[in-house]
Amino acid sequence: MVQSVPRVWREQKYKYRLIGTKCEKCGSIFYPPKKICLKCGSEKMEEVKLPEEGILENYTIIHYPTRDFTYNPPIVVGLIRLTNGVRILAQVVDIDPSEVKEGLQLRAVFRRLREQGEDGVIEYGLKFRPKEE
Amino acid sequence: MEKVYVIGVGMTKVGEHWEKSLRELFVEAGLKAMKDAGVERDDIEAVIVGNMSSGFMQGQEHLGPLMSTYLGLRGVAAAKVESACGSGGIAFHYAFLSIASGLYDCILVGGVEKMTDVATPDVLSALIMADDQEYVASTGITFAGLNALVYREYMKKYGVKQEDIALFSVHDHKYAKNNPYAQFPFEVTLEQVMSSPLVADPIRLLESSPISDGAAALILCNEKKARLLGKEILIEVAGSAVATDILSPYEREDLTTLFATRKAAEKAFKMAKVAPSDINVMEVHDAYSILGPMHLEDLGFAKKGEGIFLVKEGEIEKDGKIPTNMSGGLKARGHPVGATGIYQIAEIVLQLRGEAGENQVSNAEIGLAQSVGGVGSSVAVNILRRVR
Repeated sequence: MVQSVPRVWREQKYKYRLIGTKCEKCGSIFYPPKKICLKCGSEKMEEVKLPEEGILENYTIIHYPTRDFTYNPPIVVGLIRLTNGVRILAQVVDIDPSEVKEGLQLRAVFRRLREQGEDGVIEYGLKFRPKEE
Repeated sequence: MEKVYVIGVGMTKVGEHWEKSLRELFVEAGLKAMKDAGVERDDIEAVIVGNMSSGFMQGQEHLGPLMSTYLGLRGVAAAKVESACGSGGIAFHYAFLSIASGLYDCILVGGVEKMTDVATPDVLSALIMADDQEYVASTGITFAGLNALVYREYMKKYGVKQEDIALFSVHDHKYAKNNPYAQFPFEVTLEQVMSSPLVADPIRLLESSPISDGAAALILCNEKKARLLGKEILIEVAGSAVATDILSPYEREDLTTLFATRKAAEKAFKMAKVAPSDINVMEVHDAYSILGPMHLEDLGFAKKGEGIFLVKEGEIEKDGKIPTNMSGGLKARGHPVGATGIYQIAEIVLQLRGEAGENQVSNAEIGLAQSVGGVGSSVAVNILRRVR
């Protein structure tokens, strides 16, 4: 990716704190945030904090990654159903890829996502790790 | 609306063209198409270029004037159309509109992609740009990875085995063997597919379309021009439709149904006044094996979860009910992404003209080509018919 500070800066709130948007009319919640409801078309949307826990619903293990992730394969990326029912896509960490399975209880953790080359900014955000018993 | 005809096709072989540039590939295909159509430079009023990633992979944008310059077509209307891996089929839709509208008599539409100019991790970075850079690419997922989520969901939902889905790769290779333009003109066995390395679990290398270079071009014209040129065989664009879906597949209610394919197919069938049972030959966008059976279903040839039966029962073979991917498909003809949709239409045209060689479907009259950008995020369905 081309280096860019503003592109990363303007998404910080949504990525660091897991902020989505909720339709005031039909109640649907979206992540990433949307200004227009995909369900009912309403433009009355408010920002909401999403829960930081969920269940692993589906996953893949990336053996050949993109340039930004060549430092770290294999990478586990999962579809996570948050406790409020919203489904998000995130990396799953702190687990051996061979032990990943559907139904795992996960919790968000603040991590480094990728670096913009040798001298660019470092992008941070949330990944998910197994929840402690 | 003017009737629209495809009167010329030109293709380069799909493969690793180390010695040829993006522009050289496009010009080669373009000149072949003009020669095939029997048109001169003066006949061409516009050039439309389907391409996904020249900006990222070649550092080159503005393909309209670049290609028109190198084709010797100074002054024509020209621009690039981008819709990720569906750029070709969607460029064709807009080319169709430009003749149908009555504005132009004769144009050139092509697709080109040159993927071997960059290393594999950079190709993978280019391909994931088909989805959301900020919220999808930043997780580390690849384009194959997104399709892997679809694959896993499909197997779970419909109780289908990977060994059955992987048969689509075997099918593609069987027909690529006889296609002089194919990147991989040889057969593979199911055992080879299933023992190839994992790319994005559960997707294996031999279930994935390759990294390819290639260009294909078509000449489109209206009734007046076709009559002037006195064509013996004439292929009409009977239906052309484009539809989109929510960009990221995980935000849709169901990962295993590609809504945009259903919608584009419905529109194209209606426009062409035909039903799926009227289609004699078809090219589907199987970038990964799982997409083959899913497309058969969403295009209306099988119920959900049953696409694989068409494959197993021989119905997509040359002499089956719906001969599919007689070119070798994305897996084995190759997938120079922005060019693929134009290759598909060129291959359908050859079939309808009876010029498809060993893979010729006997007496093919109506053909369909489906081109997809992203994981079903943008889809073009184009239906062609031999009218003379």
